[in-house]
Amino acid sequence: MRGSLFRLVGKRFAAALPALVAVVVVTFLLMRAMPGDPAAYFAGLSATKEAIEEIRKKLGLDRSLPEQFVFYIRDLARGDLGQSVTTGQPVTTEIATRLPASLELTLFALVLALAVALPLGVLAATRPGSWVDHLSRVLTTTGVSLPTFFTGLLLIYVFYYLLGWAPAPLGRLDSVWSPPARATGFYVIDSLLAGDPALAWACAKQLVLPAITMALFVMAPIARMTRASMLGALGSDFIRTARASGLTRATVLYRYAFRNAMLPVVTTLGMVFSFMLGANVLVEKVFAWPGIGSFALDALVASDYAPVQGFVLTMASIYVLLNLTIDILYGLIDPRVRIEA
Amino acid sequence: MKASLHHARYVITENPVTLFAFGLLVLIVLVALLGPWIAPYDPLTTNTVRKLEPPSRAHWFGTDQLGRDMLSRVLVATRLDLIIAIGAVGLSFLVGTAAGACAGFFGGWTDRIVSRLSDAIMAFPLFVLAMAIVAALGNSIGNVILATAIINLPFYARMARAEVNVRRESGYVEAARLSGNSAGRALAFHVVPNAMPPMMVQVSLNLGWAMLNAAGLSFIGLGIRPPTPEWGILVAEGASFILSGEWWIALFPGLALMVAVFCFNLLGDGLRDIIDPRRRT
Repeated sequence: MRGSLFRLVGKRFAAALPALVAVVVVTFLLMRAMPGDPAAYFAGLSATKEAIEEIRKKLGLDRSLPEQFVFYIRDLARGDLGQSVTTGQPVTTEIATRLPASLELTLFALVLALAVALPLGVLAATRPGSWVDHLSRVLTTTGVSLPTFFTGLLLIYVFYYLLGWAPAPLGRLDSVWSPPARATGFYVIDSLLAGDPALAWACAKQLVLPAITMALFVMAPIARMTRASMLGALGSDFIRTARASGLTRATVLYRYAFRNAMLPVVTTLGMVFSFMLGANVLVEKVFAWPGIGSFALDALVASDYAPVQGFVLTMASIYVLLNLTIDILYGLIDPRVRIEA
Repeated sequence: MKASLHHARYVITENPVTLFAFGLLVLIVLVALLGPWIAPYDPLTTNTVRKLEPPSRAHWFGTDQLGRDMLSRVLVATRLDLIIAIGAVGLSFLVGTAAGACAGFFGGWTDRIVSRLSDAIMAFPLFVLAMAIVAALGNSIGNVILATAIINLPFYARMARAEVNVRRESGYVEAARLSGNSAGRALAFHVVPNAMPPMMVQVSLNLGWAMLNAAGLSFIGLGIRPPTPEWGILVAEGASFILSGEWWIALFPGLALMVAVFCFNLLGDGLRDIIDPRRRT
């Protein structure tokens, strides 16, 4: 059993490699196509022609495209994503300091979305045609129609401007506080670890609105899939047998139906992550959240291409890794997948 | 002709929600066509004397920071948003269906190339890929359409491939081949038309998503530039006024976008329930 699990993980890793290669190649080609001359940009406005040529040589931009690709791979292997012209820092450092902010937001939103969408989907499936079912239908159709950036603004208007419940939507922490000592990079967890509940509360308050914005957007696909696959599971023969054997309603529902219904839901999580990583950029812009999305947008405005490339690579690598995790998770939940491997 | 009209009427009247969505679609298309004529003001004319006015009888949706009439701007923006969504979905439908159908019908290296390309696109979080494409190719409406089309492409290619694959060996294809049709002809005139219904459902479900993506791109400043009225940009312009309580600048374009996307999603769901009831969720 253990051996087969290892084989499964190995096989999935091998299957994820082409995706990673595709990401690296496509990102390289896209960034080389970006308008503007990076050498002239690096050199600054007052640079002479010779200085620009010098920098072009230094950056390797005078070489052929395949040669540039080899250099690019070599730098990537060293973890070198180039320098940001606007901040003067290595892109790797910039991304490493901002990534926890994005991850904290995304993970919290995911937990929130799952906590609402799973029960909603199950309830809708156990009572098809009831008001819960209709409510979930309206909510999910509205949810996928909401532009994330617009939902965020609406929430800000209602909860910050009108009601005054939420703090100003300006980043992770109000400037009167100083951020907690870094352990995980997640402010809420770090300040709890530092034994400062007041600080944790301040951080959590900043986090709630952007997280709800993002959760609203991805709740819909999760709830829909849960409902559909719960309906499928509840109509199957093994549930009829379980019911006929006199098992309690709760056992039938949770031990038999829910576990089986989770498989397609786990599969759709891949698509959900794709949505979330994209929505992340928009939500970070609306709430001035200092994550990698807003970093990339600032760089984009300044046509500073190294950070943009670093951002696209990071996002795509995270996505490939998430899909890999889902595949492995799938094998853990469903023993049949393991045997096939 | 009469039969297809009859069928269309059945599709629309089957479900009252679909009927409602269809009415909404007609309205949106009308506004897109007549936008510049029904707008009460010029969407670009500034009037700083009347800037940042809340909704009133003269300006139903209020005015923005330059005194431009928001109602006119929202109405005129409809055409551009619709053109982008339809253009992008149309492009990915045509290219994706052609590529996917060839991959499913001929197999071999055609299949390998198409499948690898789809996989390469799907390896990215799609909105991030669209951002990168517009950033690389330059800020223009054409590039927003292209980027949105590219991120939609794998869905059509994969679907067309699967739909054609199951029909490849069917009796009517064999009959068409035996009566002297070339492989390409059999594919184009016999297999592809039969694979159309599920593809059309995909199209209508995709329109709303394409519109959201395009508006998201212009919200972050990619593609369309101000002062061109477009819903995403209008919301972005209103965003900075939300904190000072001027809600109407962002609210109305945001609502317009939401209603349009909602309409496409309802239509898509309704169409799917009728054409392909098993996929109902």
